[in-house]
Amino acid sequence: MSDAIPAIPAIPGSATVLPILPETFSDLAPFAARWCLPTEPARYAERLRSTMAELEAFYDAARPRVREAMAHLDRFPLDALPEPEENLLHLVYSFVMVSLPVEVWHQPRVIDAGTAYFDRHLEPTP
Amino acid sequence: MARAIKEAEASWTGRYPELGTGLVSYEDSISPEFYELEREAIFRRAWLNVGRVEQLPRRGSYFTRDLAVAKTSVIVARDLSGQVRAFHNVCRHRGNKLLWGTTPNDETSGVCREFMCRYHGWRYTLEGQLTFVLQEEEFFDFDRRDFPLVPVHCEVWEGFIFVNLADQPGQTLTDFLGPMVRGLEGYPFHLVTERYAFRADLNSNWKIYLDAFQEYYHASVLHSQQQVPSLRSFATGYKAPHYQIDGPHRLVSTGGWKGVPRHQLPHDKMYPLEPLTEAGLMGPWQRPDIPELDPANLPPGINPGGLDPWSISNFQIFPNFVILLYERGWYLTYHYWPTSHRTHMWEMSYYFPPSRNASERIRHEVTAVISKEAGLQDAGTLDGTQMGLESRVVSRWPLSDQEITVRHLHKTTGDWVQAYLRDGMGAPA
Ligand code: FES
Ligand SMILES: [Fe+2]
Repeated sequence: MSDAIPAIPAIPGSATVLPILPETFSDLAPFAARWCLPTEPARYAERLRSTMAELEAFYDAARPRVREAMAHLDRFPLDALPEPEENLLHLVYSFVMVSLPVEVWHQPRVIDAGTAYFDRHLEPTP
Repeated sequence: MARAIKEAEASWTGRYPELGTGLVSYEDSISPEFYELEREAIFRRAWLNVGRVEQLPRRGSYFTRDLAVAKTSVIVARDLSGQVRAFHNVCRHRGNKLLWGTTPNDETSGVCREFMCRYHGWRYTLEGQLTFVLQEEEFFDFDRRDFPLVPVHCEVWEGFIFVNLADQPGQTLTDFLGPMVRGLEGYPFHLVTERYAFRADLNSNWKIYLDAFQEYYHASVLHSQQQVPSLRSFATGYKAPHYQIDGPHRLVSTGGWKGVPRHQLPHDKMYPLEPLTEAGLMGPWQRPDIPELDPANLPPGINPGGLDPWSISNFQIFPNFVILLYERGWYLTYHYWPTSHRTHMWEMSYYFPPSRNASERIRHEVTAVISKEAGLQDAGTLDGTQMGLESRVVSRWPLSDQEITVRHLHKTTGDWVQAYLRDGMGAPA
């Protein structure tokens, strides 16, 4: 493994504002631009346009930090998370979103899902 | 020669002799003519759940529900006295749809003191009275009191808002729900309000898709990946431990996969996400410490089979509404809204107790994500079922005892249509 930080992929059509993570989670910074996504439809779309290598790279980096992230976030009131913590929470949601492709399906799409698409049009914030 | 080995008398199906055990037809799911009958016989006569009281938090809160199957849209509102009312979403002047979202095809919601038509500006109170007519003196022999919004029968049960589009419903809502469904009374729905809502346009008749959510015979095959590879059982299948039927409604309960609740499996028999977050398909491992959600305190009607262990009770409320309660302290609903004989709009909502911290919210997210993926498999597959039925290559199909719920839904649908054709009544006697 090299120590070099991978290039941040540009998000099409958006200004390049890099989401900040809490300092102790800076090792996940290379994934922040792509995976700090506030809504499930955005996370699902990102998953479907990713390769398995990309999903696995994020999964492998995030998995050892999930328990610590949950413990860290629980020190703040959920309805008043500072911005870096809110970004971290969104990153954990994305970890959940990529877990099934990596652990279960071994492909970005659900096996046997055909052309089905469910639109999550209402969800709690954050 | 292989013969059927199930003895009817010793079966779930045998407890309800009116169901029979013969082959069944799904003509009711592929025929445009049957669909037209169903619209009148069922969807304009049965009580339909259109939402929950949490969607109307204040006096003046309202939402619209477009019911394509009944060729109407309804406004559901909380009036100034706090009562929940429903009206047809039609202006009494020249028929404009009164409320809509971005376009007339979109539903809307909000808070207001009165409804105003965007065509000529007529206004109605939350009680439906017409209060303002632009240039009223130009109308002939006119009394505003003669032109209220057309009311729709509306009743609230356990926080669920139901409407009935019949001029005069054949039964009150509670009579219609009957004792089995009313066994849910007392569940603390009002404490379980963190909602995740989904919609999907699906290419199958509403009953064909509904069938996939009322039997577990398919689970070990179509959803084989819910188990880690060493637990998959293509050869042995799954038997639900409790079925019950009451009038047009059905109940199935489960007690874990082969009797073991998911969260009690050894960790190597789960996916890594589950022990990592302590949540999974069946919900967060830790039940919320809300006494009302402790199974010991739940109304006995939630688990009428007295299962131990108990995992899920799946209440199939005729015609198109489902409530699934999970032992881990959350519930979900499904609604199947027909849009043609071969399509429907499907809704799914998960409800959890409001998260008190990020960990709880993350566990809800885990459950919401895993559970949705199973539903996607049903949705993807059922398009193919509709195609197979529409080929009309076969007209009579077998159903096992584990599919008693499928047998009952199609029989009930047929009974309601027959009753309507016979005497124009709602629920068959
Ligand atoms: S149609 Fe509503 S005011 Fe004319
Ligand atoms: Fe299923």
